[in-house]
Amino acid sequence: MVMATKVSLKRTPLYHAHVSSGAKIMPFAGYEMPLHYHGGIIEEHNWTRKNAGLFDVGHMGVARILDKSGSHDRAAQAIEKLVPADIQELPPGFQRYTQLTNTDGGILDDLIISRSPDRKHEGMLTLVLNAARKNLDYAHIDSYLPTGVKLQPLSDFMLLALQGPAASDVIKSYDIRADSMRFMSVATITIAGTQIQLSRSGYTGEDGFELLVPTEKAIEIWESISSDPRVKPIGLGARNCLRLEAGLCLYGHDLDETTSPVEACLTWSIQKTRRQKGGFLGERRILDEIRVGPQRKRVGLMSSHQALAREGTPIHDVSGKLRGSVTSGSYGPTVAGPVAMGYIQACNSEVGTDVFLMIRGKACAAKVVALPFVHHHYKR
Amino acid sequence: MAQDYFSKDHEYARVDGGIATIGITMYAQRQLGDVVYVEVPELGRKVSAGEVIAVVESVKTASEIYAPIAGEVLEVNSDLEDNPALVNDDAEGSAWFFKLKIADPDQLSLLMSRTDYDKLTLENS
Repeated sequence: MVMATKVSLKRTPLYHAHVSSGAKIMPFAGYEMPLHYHGGIIEEHNWTRKNAGLFDVGHMGVARILDKSGSHDRAAQAIEKLVPADIQELPPGFQRYTQLTNTDGGILDDLIISRSPDRKHEGMLTLVLNAARKNLDYAHIDSYLPTGVKLQPLSDFMLLALQGPAASDVIKSYDIRADSMRFMSVATITIAGTQIQLSRSGYTGEDGFELLVPTEKAIEIWESISSDPRVKPIGLGARNCLRLEAGLCLYGHDLDETTSPVEACLTWSIQKTRRQKGGFLGERRILDEIRVGPQRKRVGLMSSHQALAREGTPIHDVSGKLRGSVTSGSYGPTVAGPVAMGYIQACNSEVGTDVFLMIRGKACAAKVVALPFVHHHYKR
Repeated sequence: MAQDYFSKDHEYARVDGGIATIGITMYAQRQLGDVVYVEVPELGRKVSAGEVIAVVESVKTASEIYAPIAGEVLEVNSDLEDNPALVNDDAEGSAWFFKLKIADPDQLSLLMSRTDYDKLTLENS
C-alpha cells in the first residue's frame, strides 16, 4: 500500500473542532477537510440516512450578484446569460440548481442560485459554487456582467449542511417555521442568537437544510447544533457515498467542461422558457441535444460483483466494444454494495442494458440502472 | 514458533517453517477505513517480491497489495469474501489474505522487525 503525503492547505473555522472530534483530515479542493470521524464512513453514512448528519461545507464558494438599482429582473437577466435555468421567474424565498455553461455547451461548474425572501434584498442573488472551481467561476462571471450588476465573493459567510430525517426536528427547535419549509425554499431564521439564511436542500437525497452562516459565528452554530443527540458530524467520505446513492453529480468527476447538461441528464434543470428562448452560453449545442438527444448519457451502473468500479473504469458492451467510462464509483452503504455512475453511448444507455465494467482488466457483468440508487426524501 | 516481518508498504508476513501468512497491518487498515472488498490471488500463483498480488478496497480507495517476498500461493482466506470488514476488526489475526510457500528465506532479511515497523508508523502519524 502507498500512503498519501501531506501538503499545506487552507482550513475552515471548524478545523480545530473537527480535529478534537477525532476527524481524519484529508486535502480536498485546496482545504484540509474531515474525511471521517471516529466511527468511519459507513457508520456516518447510515447515521445520516436514519438521524441527522452535520457537514462542514465551508470550503464551498459563496458569492452574491447585486444589481445597483435593486432590480431582481436586471440581476437575473445578467446571470441568465451564463446559466440555462430560469432565474427571472424564481420567486422570492426560493433557489434553483443550475450550471455555468461555456460557449461550447460544456459545464464550467454546477451551482445553486437563491433569491432572498426579504424585500429589502431585491436585486440580490446568492450563488453557492464548488470549492475547486470558485475562483475560475468568479473570473468568468465577472467578465460577463453588465455595468450596474456586480459580483461579490463572500468570505464572511460560509455554508453548513444538516441532512437526514431528523434534521427538520432539530432545526424546528430553533424556529418552528423551518418545519413547514418546502424543498428548495429559503428563509431567514435565528440560531444560537445569530441570523442565518436557511434553505431546505442538500446533497444526500435526504430531507435536510443548508445553512448560510456568518463565518465568525460558524463555530458557535456548529457546536449548538451538534449538541443535539440526534446530530453527529459527518465527513466528506460519507458525503460522497450519500450523494452517489442519490444520483447527484460531483463536479470534476461526473461533470466537466466537455459534458453538457443534457448529456448529464440535467435537462430537468432547464425550464421551459429557457428552452424556448435560449439566450445562454452554449445554447446551440444544448438546445440541439434537447431536440435530437445527446451522443452519450450519464447512467447508473450496478454489478453483482463485489469489486468497486472506480472513476475511469472502462464500460464495454456485450460484444466487448468500448462504450463509455465510469465517472464516480464507490461502495453504497444503504444499497449494501458497489454503486457507480458513468457516461455511455446513448444507444447503450437504456435501463436494463447489459454491459461489462472492466475492473483491473477483468470484465465484470453489470447493468444500466435508473438513478437514484436510493429514493430521495425531499419535502416537496 | 512464528515470527513477524513487515514491509514498508504495510504488509506483514508471519513466518512459520517455510510458510508465510500475509496480510495488511493494523496501521494500514486504520488508514484505509471501512474495508468493503478484498481480491485475493489465485491458488498456485507464483509471485516475486514486490509484485501486485491482491487488492484491498475501502469506501474511499482501492489499494494494491504487494508480495513482500517471493513464493507460491498455497491458501487464500475465503472468509474475506463474505466479510471484508474482518480486515478492520482483526487485520493481523483472522483477516490474513493468503499464505505463501517461501521461495527464498534470505528475502526475509530485507523486511522489518516489529520494533522497526512501529517506529516507521509512529513517524508517519
